[in-house]
Amino acid sequence: MSIIESQPTTPEESPGTVAREVETPPGLFRRMLRQKQAKIGIAMTGAVVLVAVIGPLLLPWATGYTSTEFSGRPFQPDGVFGTDNLGRDILSRFLDGGLRLLIYAALATGLGMILGSAAGMLAAYQGGTLDSIIMRGNDVLLALPQLVFALLAITVLGPQGWVLVTVIGITHAPRIARVTRSAASAVITEDFVRAAEMYAVPRWKILAKDVLPNITGPLMVELGLRMTYSIAAIASLSFLGLGLQPPTAGWGLMINENRIALTVQPWGVILPVLAIAVLTVGSNLITDSLARASATVEESK
Amino acid sequence: MSTETAETTTTAPTAVLRADGLKVATTGGKEILHGVSFALTPGKIMALVGESGSGKTTAGLACLGHFRTGLQHTGGSILLSDSTDLLELSDAGRRALRGGSVSYVPQDPALSLNPAMRIGEQILEVLRVHGYGSTEAERRERLAGVLTDVGLPADADYQRRWPHQLSGGQQQRVGIAMAFACRPEVMVLDEPTTGLDVTTQALVLQTIHQLAAKHDVAGLYITHDLAVVAEVASDVAVMLEGDVVEAGSVKEVLYSPQHRYTRKLLNSVPDLAGRRRIGDVSAITGEHTVVDPDAGTQAASEPSTGTQPTGRRAAVSDRAPEPAAATQPATNDDGALLSVSDLRLAYGDNQVLDGIDLALAEGESMMLLGESGSGKTTLARCIAGLNDAYQGSVALSGNTLERGTRQRSADERHRIQYVFQSPFSSLNPRRTIAESVEVPLQMSGKLNAKQRRAKVQEALDQVRLGATYLDRRPGQLSGGERQRAAIARALVNAPSVLVCDEVTSALDVSVQASIIDLLRTLQVDTGMAMLFVTHNIALARHISQRLAVLQKGRIVDLGPTGDVLENPQHSYTRELLTNVPSL
Repeated sequence: MSIIESQPTTPEESPGTVAREVETPPGLFRRMLRQKQAKIGIAMTGAVVLVAVIGPLLLPWATGYTSTEFSGRPFQPDGVFGTDNLGRDILSRFLDGGLRLLIYAALATGLGMILGSAAGMLAAYQGGTLDSIIMRGNDVLLALPQLVFALLAITVLGPQGWVLVTVIGITHAPRIARVTRSAASAVITEDFVRAAEMYAVPRWKILAKDVLPNITGPLMVELGLRMTYSIAAIASLSFLGLGLQPPTAGWGLMINENRIALTVQPWGVILPVLAIAVLTVGSNLITDSLARASATVEESK
Repeated sequence: MSTETAETTTTAPTAVLRADGLKVATTGGKEILHGVSFALTPGKIMALVGESGSGKTTAGLACLGHFRTGLQHTGGSILLSDSTDLLELSDAGRRALRGGSVSYVPQDPALSLNPAMRIGEQILEVLRVHGYGSTEAERRERLAGVLTDVGLPADADYQRRWPHQLSGGQQQRVGIAMAFACRPEVMVLDEPTTGLDVTTQALVLQTIHQLAAKHDVAGLYITHDLAVVAEVASDVAVMLEGDVVEAGSVKEVLYSPQHRYTRKLLNSVPDLAGRRRIGDVSAITGEHTVVDPDAGTQAASEPSTGTQPTGRRAAVSDRAPEPAAATQPATNDDGALLSVSDLRLAYGDNQVLDGIDLALAEGESMMLLGESGSGKTTLARCIAGLNDAYQGSVALSGNTLERGTRQRSADERHRIQYVFQSPFSSLNPRRTIAESVEVPLQMSGKLNAKQRRAKVQEALDQVRLGATYLDRRPGQLSGGERQRAAIARALVNAPSVLVCDEVTSALDVSVQASIIDLLRTLQVDTGMAMLFVTHNIALARHISQRLAVLQKGRIVDLGPTGDVLENPQHSYTRELLTNVPSL
């Protein structure tokens, strides 16, 4: 039946083409927003981000304590959610602990995106030896487990904010580079890149203006995905005691500090776990719908 | 419409397939076909002609009971042998029918054949699925028979070949053999020769014609090429935006067309003899009308003197070349604007270009004709500096150019401009037209943003796209409009040589006509030289003063267009000329 099933649909042959050419297709974000799961994802992520951003501003006015002040004895049901292992107010620490996590995660993701997409586009565009060097270098980095690499770097350089951001950013880069390279190599064969080449447009400009805008779909998906991983990685490192350092408030750190009293005073663990879970699920939902939205653009091309 | 279909059926009352008031709409509710009717008679081929988006493929696939994703059948019927309505059948019933009583030949044989399956097996598979014959031996016999029918060798060796070991024409004939294997009553052929060279196309058309006549098969031939219709079909239905606007025998429709759309289509078909002038398109597709009083006088002149651009508008061209240079371009090779000498290029053992010598005088238009794989695009790219792997030299006004564009000077880059084949790929979809067109100006860096925009607008006016197109994106433009924008990008720096690489091959005939019209007017107005690369010899008299025929990396024929067409020196040119389908 292969003769029946294969219908060549050249772009100019399908009857819908004319209509499609006349109407502007809705943008990537509008198409994403049309999906129900995107709305749910945005609501979930938005709620957690709101808590994280507004939380530090509310202290000590809302709870009566700052995040490092001692409010009573350890693991007592004082205040709304009780006290933690050192007798600090859990709600205050929860409200104060999100922003740093989010900022670090965002910075790490941003760094990874910049490094990864630059390396990926360069590899796709130049090809040849440079391509091989970049991609094999990627493979070497990929061979190291992300967390082990981070542990190593932090033990050597010390648990500082910039180390955390750089290390996580660097471990993201090879994964982003792969996605970028495959998306970019499809765009680079197009004639408009050859035309830019013909007009001797500087190479960085070709990458920035001709290639990058045409691969934003896959890159946005990657951005969402890497953001989720960054949050998880920073929370895990903090849990292991290598991320944020006490007495700073941090969600990952809180889980570690309070897990010994899980049965007595569970809120110290439950609150940060819940926040991280909602954030991760929410941003995954957004990523998913972004992926679907960008896939429909590819199809209609 | 209904009277016309009645007419066709009276000549042969036993229609094997009859579409009646067929309506198809998108699932979104937009109607694609507004009640299409036609009838197919055994032994005859009916052509379904129309431009992109006219619904001809949708109508053709409906004959197989198939609707593409997003489309649904909303009314009308398709009767097979005046008894079964194809569209009322169950899925299983339709599957049994497809490839059996009604079969389909897709456009691109390279895509439709399974590359991991020997061709004999592929044809046998169809026979097995439809339970043709009772034994395997019987099926093998049929396999050999059908291969002979389509003019291919039937021996076991040939049956064991893989699709990649066949040429495009042979692949397409295997596709036809697959469709024909179960002795169908109706064959739907969806542009089966579009991707093929003229010589191969002639062979495939002949095969189709013979099969239909010999075995009493009714054929529905979907195409946009009216010249092909004249060669292969006996009846024709012209489709426009989901309606059949004219139907009848080929003689009636093609030689005394009634509907103005048919007339317009016919006027757009390029003509090897140069009797008609293509272009002067009416506004029916929304394309801009080309109003050019001079083009009329040019086309009206005798074909042999068509090499001499008579009505030159001196007022517009500030650097128009001497008329003498254009009249006798072949004689002054010394003062040539662009000269290519002993250009060679090889990829490994594959000698793509094998010693090309070519000269282009100022204000001259030359057609570079060649089939796929002849090296014509490679040559064009070497000249434009897009391919720097060549040996030999390309000189502009006597100065030898560097090989790659980046090594050439800004001025040299401005003077040679290149227009790409596919307007769907040559414009960045994320940039507005103005942003794309101003790139060459930005790179020269002489003008500020305001001046650039004025210049861009001027170029868009030249290609007859108004200022309203400045801020649109390619996705909002039709193919023809995109190609105009791409031409505007090449014109914006006022080049002395314009290299056009198959610029019309991705476009409909009427759009092609308007683009050809435009290029010619521009060439005359600005006095630039033009190298028009194409595989379509029928365009020769419409575009060029001189003609170079390229075969396997060598120029085998070169001379004034009239001379080459009337008195071809090389056997290859003669072969091409005999195989060109014409009205």
